Amino acid sequence: MRKMLAAVSRVLSGASQKPASRVLVASRNFANDATFEIKKCDLHRLEEGPPVTTVLTREDGLKYYRMMQTVRRMELKADQLYKQKIIRGFCHLCDGQEACCVGLEAGINPTDHLITAYRAHGFTFTRGLSVREILAELTGRKGGCAKGKGGSMHMYAKNFYGGNGIVGAQVPLGAGIALACKYNGKDEVCLTLYGDGAANQGQIFEAYNMAALWKLPCIFICENNRYGMGTSVERAAASTDYYKRGDFIPGLRVDGMDILCVREATRFAAAYCRSGKGPILMELQTYRYHGHSMSDPGVSYRTREEIQEVRSKSDPIMLLKDRMVNSNLASVEELKEIDVERSLEPGRWRMQ
Amino acid sequence: MAAVSGLVRRPLRQVSGLLKRRFHRTAPAALQVTVRDAINQGMDEELERDEKVFLLGEEVAQYDGAYKVSRGLWKKYGDKRIIDTPISEMGFAGIAVGAAMAGLRPICEFMTFNFSMQAIDQVINSAAKTYYMSGVAAQHSQCFAAWYGHCPGLKVVSPWNSEDAKGLIKSAIRDNNPVVVLENELMYGVPFEFPPEAQSKDFLVPIGKAKIERQGTHITVVSHSRPVGHCLEAAAVLSKEGVECEVINMRTIRPMDMETIEASVMKTNHLVTVEGGWPQFGVGAEICARIMEGPAFNFLDAPAVRVTGADVPMPYAKILEDNSIPQVKDIIFAIKKTLNI
Repeated sequence: MRKMLAAVSRVLSGASQKPASRVLVASRNFANDATFEIKKCDLHRLEEGPPVTTVLTREDGLKYYRMMQTVRRMELKADQLYKQKIIRGFCHLCDGQEACCVGLEAGINPTDHLITAYRAHGFTFTRGLSVREILAELTGRKGGCAKGKGGSMHMYAKNFYGGNGIVGAQVPLGAGIALACKYNGKDEVCLTLYGDGAANQGQIFEAYNMAALWKLPCIFICENNRYGMGTSVERAAASTDYYKRGDFIPGLRVDGMDILCVREATRFAAAYCRSGKGPILMELQTYRYHGHSMSDPGVSYRTREEIQEVRSKSDPIMLLKDRMVNSNLASVEELKEIDVERSLEPGRWRMQ
Repeated sequence: MAAVSGLVRRPLRQVSGLLKRRFHRTAPAALQVTVRDAINQGMDEELERDEKVFLLGEEVAQYDGAYKVSRGLWKKYGDKRIIDTPISEMGFAGIAVGAAMAGLRPICEFMTFNFSMQAIDQVINSAAKTYYMSGVAAQHSQCFAAWYGHCPGLKVVSPWNSEDAKGLIKSAIRDNNPVVVLENELMYGVPFEFPPEAQSKDFLVPIGKAKIERQGTHITVVSHSRPVGHCLEAAAVLSKEGVECEVINMRTIRPMDMETIEASVMKTNHLVTVEGGWPQFGVGAEICARIMEGPAFNFLDAPAVRVTGADVPMPYAKILEDNSIPQVKDIIFAIKKTLNI
């Protein structure tokens, strides 16, 4: 039954598969789910944090893998297109940070809200837009989600408010969306993201104050990828404990390269907000492989060795793959097929 | 009654006289409403009409508003709809825009528009790029019509009298675009006649349409906000000298109603603009530029003249302050100069 379901779900999801491998895969007996240990989060003003173990089903695992791989491939494609001058203007890529956008989405409902800054392609996808709509927007086509008028930093979807160019300005906006959530009384929360660079903006502290004062269901999320443009966190912040910077707002520091850690922390934070206790702060420790934007090679302020080390030891897609293969949730071949399917080579690329 | 009294005999004339006298009614005093009360009314009606409308700003709730514009609203609507904010303009302007993006209709009040400079990024970069927000603010010592009027994505209105104030704020709240409402603090306490239409809950002054406050034939005088009153005073003085000014109250800065202005200039052949803001890159400059670009240019018999605030930051001493903004004499002077009299 399980095998049949797996085969049916693969067909429905539109994956293109060679008949031979389908037979091969279908004959394997995969585990339905597995339990994993995840890193304990550092806590600020919290007695308890998210759980340190979590259950991952095969179905979810494949879904997350596929989504992360899609984001990865989409960003690499954007890189290519930019170098060919088919994408122009600003372009900030998020490869390396896939566990953040996919993990956050896994911890909330589609009816919840999300707003972020300019490194937004991954979120645009996880919030529901197709790769086609995103790439069309990036290449200035009218089939793009903003009809080609917005470009990289101004893509919107249902319950996704962009895509914002002014560093830090999206944080009060997110608090405002949270205010609307509370006002409407529907138990929705708003994920309000900003980077380690933006974390030093004054208006963020204004937003912290009002969110705490009025107990807004706002999850402030600092996506700490260690560099604000070319300035490392040590050179920008007197305190790099971003999860503590909300002061009176409880916080947790999360391993942003582990999608399961992100998912559990998000579930925890969302439950906290939904209970009416007010805002909470999450710091996701993550890393970007590309430079700040396409005009930044990204090696004048950090070493290639550092980038390579993260790639080989902490890559989020690799981490999930290893976990799934080692606990028999999926086979190497199966995951490789997803890699190929998502590679966006001409003729292989599929619409989401 | 007249027919009846005709039939009555002499002895009853006294009675009929009395009866007749009772029907000599004085005209009822026209309803006078101050600008402040008009805005209050407008907001109250819109808060009642639409659940999604709410007001936030410093001292708008328990203090009844720094200028008492929101008096009584907190008592009536409570904490959820009338929100006192901390002193965080950038923060709460952003919150207002975010709430609007999520479907609510916030009225975001800046205590003085100078304070809005802290938040100008949110107004211009966030609000001007999205739909649903209504912005309310009081002018302090500087006219922000040119600043906000410069920006695509915003609508900017500038009420003069009570009718304008009520009608425009209601239109602003109902508009799905971000609207900056430039209230003039000095006008809050000034009473104006409030016509019956304005007393209705559905009274709206359309955004983008100017009003001709006074018809005239010799010269077009265009203004907005408090200076409109000064223009009318100047027009009254000049009328005695045989000069009939057509005074236009812009009501909306952006989108500007050029049609009304052009039609008037084509009739009078002369133009003077009057504003409280600084001269450079201002509302008057924009009007003149557009006149030149349009059909009315060929109808001008003399160059257009701008009357503006002095090109200095607002000084403190009263006599200096008074002389920094256009006065009636300055307007008369400009009009006479244009007409070469």
